Amino acid sequence: MSTLSISLYQRRRIINALAITLACAAALFGLLFLGWILWTLLAKGITHFNLALLTQDQPPPMEAGGLRNAIIGSVLMCGMGVLVGAPLGIAAGTWLAEVGGHSRLGTVVRFVNDILMSAPSIVLGLFVYAAFVMNTGGKFSAIAGALSLAFIVLPVVVRTTDEMLRLVPIQMREAALSLGVPQWKVTMQVLYRSALPGIVTGILLALARIAGETAPLLFTAFGNEFFSLKITGAMSAVPLVMYKFAGSGFENWEHLAWAGALLITLFVLAISLIARFLLLRNRASHD
Amino acid sequence: MTHASSSTQNPVLKDAADARHDRQFRWLLTATAVFVLVTLAGAALSMLWGGRSVLASEGLHFFTSSDWNPVENKYGALVPIYGTLVTAAIAMLIAVPVSFGIAFFLTEVAPRWMRGPVGTAIELLAGIPSIIYGMWGFFVLMPVMREYMIPWLDTHIGPLPIIGALFRGPPIGAGMLTSGLVLSIMVVPFIASTMREVFMTVPARLKESAYALGATKWEVSWDIVLPYTRSAVIGGVFLGLGRALGETMAVAFVIGNSVGFTTSLLEPSTTIAALIANDFGEATETYRAALLLLGFVLFLVTFVVLALARLMLSNLSRKEGNR
Repeated sequence: MSTLSISLYQRRRIINALAITLACAAALFGLLFLGWILWTLLAKGITHFNLALLTQDQPPPMEAGGLRNAIIGSVLMCGMGVLVGAPLGIAAGTWLAEVGGHSRLGTVVRFVNDILMSAPSIVLGLFVYAAFVMNTGGKFSAIAGALSLAFIVLPVVVRTTDEMLRLVPIQMREAALSLGVPQWKVTMQVLYRSALPGIVTGILLALARIAGETAPLLFTAFGNEFFSLKITGAMSAVPLVMYKFAGSGFENWEHLAWAGALLITLFVLAISLIARFLLLRNRASHD
Repeated sequence: MTHASSSTQNPVLKDAADARHDRQFRWLLTATAVFVLVTLAGAALSMLWGGRSVLASEGLHFFTSSDWNPVENKYGALVPIYGTLVTAAIAMLIAVPVSFGIAFFLTEVAPRWMRGPVGTAIELLAGIPSIIYGMWGFFVLMPVMREYMIPWLDTHIGPLPIIGALFRGPPIGAGMLTSGLVLSIMVVPFIASTMREVFMTVPARLKESAYALGATKWEVSWDIVLPYTRSAVIGGVFLGLGRALGETMAVAFVIGNSVGFTTSLLEPSTTIAALIANDFGEATETYRAALLLLGFVLFLVTFVVLALARLMLSNLSRKEGNR
């Protein structure tokens, strides 16, 4: 009996040790690739990461230049995307948390929203193409690009607004309502104030997501070699230029693509860290 | 007296106004919520509508033929559909065990001070835009595949019967295997962070009871934590699968973009999303219709996968009593 239990014990110990080793290897695997990708970005992007990137437009092959037109385009379209998507998302999220979240329609909306949140972004681009670009004479425009980005912003903001409003203690609503405050005022002046950091976090996370989005812009904003502020015409964006330049074979184009990649990644990482910080502070204040 | 009467009348008016505002407020909110629903339905239907001409002319042939020739207006989408499924399968084969390992590491193995930073780092990996994975795959991983992996696979696994057919080919570097690898790196953070979150919902008393009986860390994870969270874990895996199926930019760089049929994982192929991204801008009208129809197919597949994922995930939160 004792030899059997000892051998069983040994076997369990070996399996456990093996599993723990593999788990450490898996964690290392993840960190290794994070490090590797960031290292590649830094090594290839830093050489052309300079002021000219911001002040000059995208150049023809083999000439010096920057990404000014693309950066302006990205800022404009991301800005418009958030301006359209965030208010709609906040309103729909408020409906889910405060009005109809427990009804059947509420369940369906929440379900559909979750699916929309993980739907492939290229599908949203195709949707905007079929629903908007095709109906405006097949003309690519910054508005169409911004719309496709808004559809990415929307579900993220709906989700976070819904969650953040439900975190607000029920006593706050009851206290306000018992003073005779109408519900819309309770929502606007009490609940939003309390849930604001969370909602802002949601908007920031959405912004981080759309800043690097390429696929939905390919056939909505299309890209533009020149500087343009006309939102009814084709417009460039940093990821679009990266896509065009990265595999081109021209050395200066590839350098610019990596510089753009570094710029976008730094922006995205900064935004996610700020969002995380806001969220942590918000959680702490609720406890 | 006048003072009293005004203070009894005004509140009534004010109440009526408040009630009206409340109603309007509710209607506004409801309208936006319905808008979210309409968006998804609209997205699906507009693509089907845009692709109707090709669906009418090709019929079921669209799904069974591998003859994709826009010049002759022949659209058989077997190759991109096959490519999508195979790359996603490769990605999941690698990503699921690795993600489980990471989640196990972060919940049971790692010392407490390490869990926060490592978890954050893994989640940051999820935030990097997909085009950067694509560029990294194109400039860094593809040369590695070309120089070392593919020649090795070609000489050592290529001659084997049956399975060998998957691993034969010239050292090009672009192909379904490379795409699968890039995709796996992309989806690992998603699956791992979902798994970590659901593992943390397991009641401490369950784990402590098992530890008290002398169970090892592995046994607690495999026999206590995993069965308790099974449906949510599968949900997380499906969430990753949905992402792998629809990923565009990371794949477009490393798949090679060839619509010719190949059994080899090492030769250039294409996926639905990569094909759309590459060809849509310069496509003719009928070709665009075909691509829209492909987009609809992609949408349907990911919708089913994501719907399953959500159902599985909501099972666990019902168990917790959250909803």
